[in-house]
Amino acid sequence: MSTAMSTMMSTAMSEPLVDMRDVTVRFGGARPVHAVNGIDLRLNAGETLSILGESGSGKSVTLKTLLRILPEQRTAIGGTIRIAGVDVTALSGRALADHRGGVVSMIFQDPMLALDPVYTIGEQIAETVVRHEGVSRAEGMARALEMLTRVRIPSPERRLKSYPHEMSGGMRQRAMIALALVCRPKLLLADEPTTALDATVQIQILLLLRELQREFGMGMIFVTHDIGVAVEISDRVAVMYAGQFVETGAVRDIIRDPKHPYTRGLLAANLHGAHKGARLDAIPGAPPALDALPDGCPFAPRCPIAEAQCSEGLPPARVFGPQRQVRCLKA
Amino acid sequence: MSAAASIAAMAAIEKSPGYWSGVLTRLRRDPVAMVALAVVLALILMAIFAPWVAPNDPYRSSMIRRLRPIGTPGFPLGTDELGRDMLSRLIYGARLSLLMGVMPVIIAFFVGSAIGITAGFVGGRVNTVLMRTIDVFFAFPSVLLAIALSGALGAGIFNGLLSLTVVFIPPIARIAESVTTGVRKIEYVEAARASGASGFTIVRVHVLGNVIGPIFVYATSLISVSLILASGLSFLGLGVKPPEPEWGLMLNTLRNAIYVQPWVAALPGVMIFITSVSFNLLSDGLRSAMDLKA
Repeated sequence: MSTAMSTMMSTAMSEPLVDMRDVTVRFGGARPVHAVNGIDLRLNAGETLSILGESGSGKSVTLKTLLRILPEQRTAIGGTIRIAGVDVTALSGRALADHRGGVVSMIFQDPMLALDPVYTIGEQIAETVVRHEGVSRAEGMARALEMLTRVRIPSPERRLKSYPHEMSGGMRQRAMIALALVCRPKLLLADEPTTALDATVQIQILLLLRELQREFGMGMIFVTHDIGVAVEISDRVAVMYAGQFVETGAVRDIIRDPKHPYTRGLLAANLHGAHKGARLDAIPGAPPALDALPDGCPFAPRCPIAEAQCSEGLPPARVFGPQRQVRCLKA
Repeated sequence: MSAAASIAAMAAIEKSPGYWSGVLTRLRRDPVAMVALAVVLALILMAIFAPWVAPNDPYRSSMIRRLRPIGTPGFPLGTDELGRDMLSRLIYGARLSLLMGVMPVIIAFFVGSAIGITAGFVGGRVNTVLMRTIDVFFAFPSVLLAIALSGALGAGIFNGLLSLTVVFIPPIARIAESVTTGVRKIEYVEAARASGASGFTIVRVHVLGNVIGPIFVYATSLISVSLILASGLSFLGLGVKPPEPEWGLMLNTLRNAIYVQPWVAALPGVMIFITSVSFNLLSDGLRSAMDLKA
């Protein structure tokens, strides 16, 4: 407890907004899948963390765990998760419904799929307000209009009565943000919210999210596989591989001095700054199957600097200064 | 204060066209569907106002004017084998025939949707039990099932309706189940759960709102089948009993006159044909009008 807290100098006084300790997520079945394997994470109000990693590394599962929307029967969650001082793993019934959308809220990757096509934007936002705050429908619609104005949708009065298919991709994502923020959550989860958008709209949405986050003082966890996006939006980065944070630290430190070979590989595989005609440095191989994790470092089979000892046991999280941890023996 | 101002602003703007008005606009542009709709409406009105529309008493028979041809003065569509006015009997026949065609589908629509949506949304074992039970009914050809059921229950309008309803529940339940299974996997259901909606709210708002359209369209296409099956039951003596005018039954009683007055004998069949084709075309029109996305 005390050693963990000592790494969090800024929050030594108060409890962080999000406090995850040794969280594991297993999906049951004939071949159990180890989706998340021992995550430690602390996030303060007003802070933004990006989780970076390739497909299947457990990024989305981590978000869904925080929101508790993974299927109950088939999922086993281990460790402790506290959000705003509440034990999330113990929530049920009414308290769980209040948690989802009230305390924690989520923006999905594709707003076309995440918005219901048969209801207007206003109806969908109002429905959430009515559910969480027990206000009248008219009040809910008024709040929806206010939120649409806040996310700067052009002519919000008209858009209130638009259906999702009548709006552009960027506008839909703004509406999705309005829907997520209408009940003033303390924590906003964003699951690749800009991946489905084109580049010019991407940056607008990122700027909007950053601004709203400051305005509302929320904590934000932002899942992405685009390093550029992570740099743009976040204070801290956690690099995820095979259900573990292999490296965490401030954005600047990670960009300047990546310590884990996987982080270095990700940075090298970036398109920005690549020379025309030159081959991109892709990381060879594929991530391990999550139903049969290796005993040692999960990255060892793909690692250019792996040694025999890497395959013997899971590398411990080594601390390099405040908020900086690397799970690599050779870092 | 901003709330009051925004409510005023909301009232001032025009409402963007809703989903159903869009469907109606598209339907109105479809000439075939509009003609079919006109025919269906005409048939329904004819059935409702039969006592005022029909020129003669459909039950009054006469031994001296049996099997008159089409165009006989006073009997524009001739008379049947007991000398009753064909036109009046066809008009009155629309009542029972439409009832037998539409009622089973409406009831099956509600029951089948409930079964299918439950199976699709809950999934797992509940789905297996419900859908495999439905499959048992599917194993029988629908005509055979209808005949077997009403044969077992005995002739009569109510038993006919009941057996037809049972016949139509499985196909509607299966469509409802597959549509619901599809919708359940779309992200907005998860998004609704993520915003704190309970399972019941999700079904009531998000699932029902998205599946009812496709199920409804499918159900309308069953009306013509139901009409034909109902006529078939009556033809076999399992549905409506004489002397009630019903198209299927009329077809049966007139079949002996096929060599004497073929055109008169074919008239109930023509009515069945027109009605079922109109319902089918209307259903097709609805299908394309309601299909928002590719």
